[in-house]
Amino acid sequence: MAGIWVVADTNADGSLARIGAEVATLARTLAKAASADATGIVVGADPTGAATELATYLPRVIAVTDAAAADHAWAAIAAQRAAEVIDATGPTLVLTGAGPDGRDVAGTLMALLDGGVLVNATGVKWDGGEIVEMSVFGGRLVTTSHFVEGTAVRIITLRPNVVTAEAGASPGRVEGVTPKGELTLPAVKVVDRIEEASAAAPIEEARVIVAGGRGVGGTEGFELVGQIAEALGGAVGATRAAVDSGWIPYAQQIGQTGKIVKPRLYLALGISGAIQHKVGMQTAETVIAVNRDPDAPIADFADMIVIGDLFEVGKALLAQLKAKSG
Amino acid sequence: MRIVVLTKPVPDPAAAAERLGPDNRLDRAASPAVINGNDEYVLEAALKLVEAHGGEVVLLSMAPATGPETMRKGLAMGAHRGVHVTDPALAGSDAWTTARVLAAALGEMEYDLVLAGFDTSDGTAGVVGAGVATLLKLPYLSSAAQIEPDPKAGTVRVRRISATGFDVLEAPMPALIVGTQLLGEPRYPSLKGIMGARSKEIATRSIADLGLDATGVGIAASRTEVASKRTPPQRGDAIVVRGSAEEAATAIVDLLTERRLL
Ligand SMILES: Cc1cc2nc3c(=O)[nH]c(=O)nc-3n(C[C@H](O)[C@H](O)[C@H](O)COP(=O)(O)OP(=O)(O)OC[C@H]3O[C@@H](n4cnc5c(N)ncnc54)[C@H](O)[C@@H]3O)c2cc1C
Ligand SMILES: Nc1ncnc2c1ncn2[C@@H]1O[C@H](COP(=O)(O)O)[C@@H](O)[C@H]1O
Repeated sequence: MAGIWVVADTNADGSLARIGAEVATLARTLAKAASADATGIVVGADPTGAATELATYLPRVIAVTDAAAADHAWAAIAAQRAAEVIDATGPTLVLTGAGPDGRDVAGTLMALLDGGVLVNATGVKWDGGEIVEMSVFGGRLVTTSHFVEGTAVRIITLRPNVVTAEAGASPGRVEGVTPKGELTLPAVKVVDRIEEASAAAPIEEARVIVAGGRGVGGTEGFELVGQIAEALGGAVGATRAAVDSGWIPYAQQIGQTGKIVKPRLYLALGISGAIQHKVGMQTAETVIAVNRDPDAPIADFADMIVIGDLFEVGKALLAQLKAKSG
Repeated sequence: MRIVVLTKPVPDPAAAAERLGPDNRLDRAASPAVINGNDEYVLEAALKLVEAHGGEVVLLSMAPATGPETMRKGLAMGAHRGVHVTDPALAGSDAWTTARVLAAALGEMEYDLVLAGFDTSDGTAGVVGAGVATLLKLPYLSSAAQIEPDPKAGTVRVRRISATGFDVLEAPMPALIVGTQLLGEPRYPSLKGIMGARSKEIATRSIADLGLDATGVGIAASRTEVASKRTPPQRGDAIVVRGSAEEAATAIVDLLTERRLL
């Protein structure tokens, strides 16, 4: 392996995204096993903060300053600048996150560097070559894949929460770089950034998620869901049916077209367990469902199914939780 | 407005019968095919845009010989015609090959917008759109919750979902946009639409028609290989709780306590 590269995801405020730290930790582990060098790349109008953070995980970080990133769509710029930096003279792994930005970077890099892509990895190991684990067909099958011989650039996107971020023994060095050439892909202007005031806690990192579906019936029902989540110290999640009904913002949606979560506890209220929802939560440690239909598909992948009305059970549960915490 | 919608026929996820064949490649004969669910959202958006601004919606699919059967549903929803890229050599194509074939097909079409779905239920890569945009050097606007073209100015605005809300993106047309479910619920085909779809044109293109070489596509050019597959361990049978709400709540609290979740 010629080298292992990380194109790091950053947050809106320019800090390193949690998935960026997870990907960097994976890269360091793989580099050790493959006896290769691991290098991080941060692209931004002001990449220094994230680059310094990334260097706690990687021995070497390249910070590319590109002013265009301040008010243009980030991924195409990041991919082009990364393509300039990545040394692809031999087999090269390029790792990034499996979120919306990471997939844009991966797709653009694939075309820029004529590379192969494996997406949404649920684990990557090294044993003489990369072994990329993926969960497919709504979780009914787990596959391992690799790139065929002769593939120089090997791009992998990693799902959140499959690697625990761990800093390296000593911080790495940060090299600042100014972009080499003009951007060859059209830069897309960001004319406005709109902050959506969302009271809801983010679900990606939540240890406990209480999720509501169509059965919750409306915003009032979601107040009960929120109270139970609060009593358990968790966040509120939802199905697409609940989001489409406008009861809760899209940011809380779990599933194929929402977030992939891996909490210790997933409490599902009024959720049938459609395949597109299942893919987002099936790796939760403990799944408890409350549903009045004993035949709801979620019964097949829950640890406990309570057959009953979610409002009655929910209120009783809330009372007991409150009584317990005094 | 001329809008091309990239639609992929996929095994029906509702049938939950997708499987890999002995060669570890998707066994397309195992399940009935449907239009990829996420592609229906962008098709819906395209139909609404053409209703508002006039013009034409063209479906573009790279698919096996059975592709047109699936494309008919998109035509029944209201798309005007289809282009079906099909060739025995395309079997086993990966995301990168798919992007190159679709880019070649777009090379001989005229359009203001190309719309792609968020990802596919059989591949869930979500990278084909970015690949096509990069190859054609089109402005790339992704995670779209709303699409507002200004045909007079020749520009398009997209509300892109961000971690904290929305970014409003603007680019000149032609552009490639990847949409999400926030574009709105896809319509059901009407009876009239279904009848009308039968006579709509679906043009067929082979890789030779597109000037591509058989060694550059399909399995021959695929960069990835499935090495092994296994069924993940199942959760044991669920504990089934019936009884009063009070009893149910106690059962939940007991399990939470036992698993140290409180
Ligand atoms: C392309 C595509 C992508 C999709 N992506 C996603 C995704 O990312 N996430 C997602 O969640 N879905 C997604 N879906 C939608 C998915 O197929 C289901 O339609 C959706 O998950 C159903 O949501 P639900 O369980 O809330 O509703 P339903 O399926 O309607 O289930 C409601 C359940 O609540 C129960 N119930 C009702 N009232 C009560 C009560 N008072 N007490 C107890 N139980 C009650 C019912 O018995 C039922 O089981 C997608 C679909 C498509 C086609
Ligand atoms: N074979 C195909 N034919 C037409 N469009 C496709 C094809 N494969 C992928 N696409 C488009 O690209 C999007 C993303 O696909 P993917 O990267 O495979 O998840 C899909 O939602 C489609 O819009």
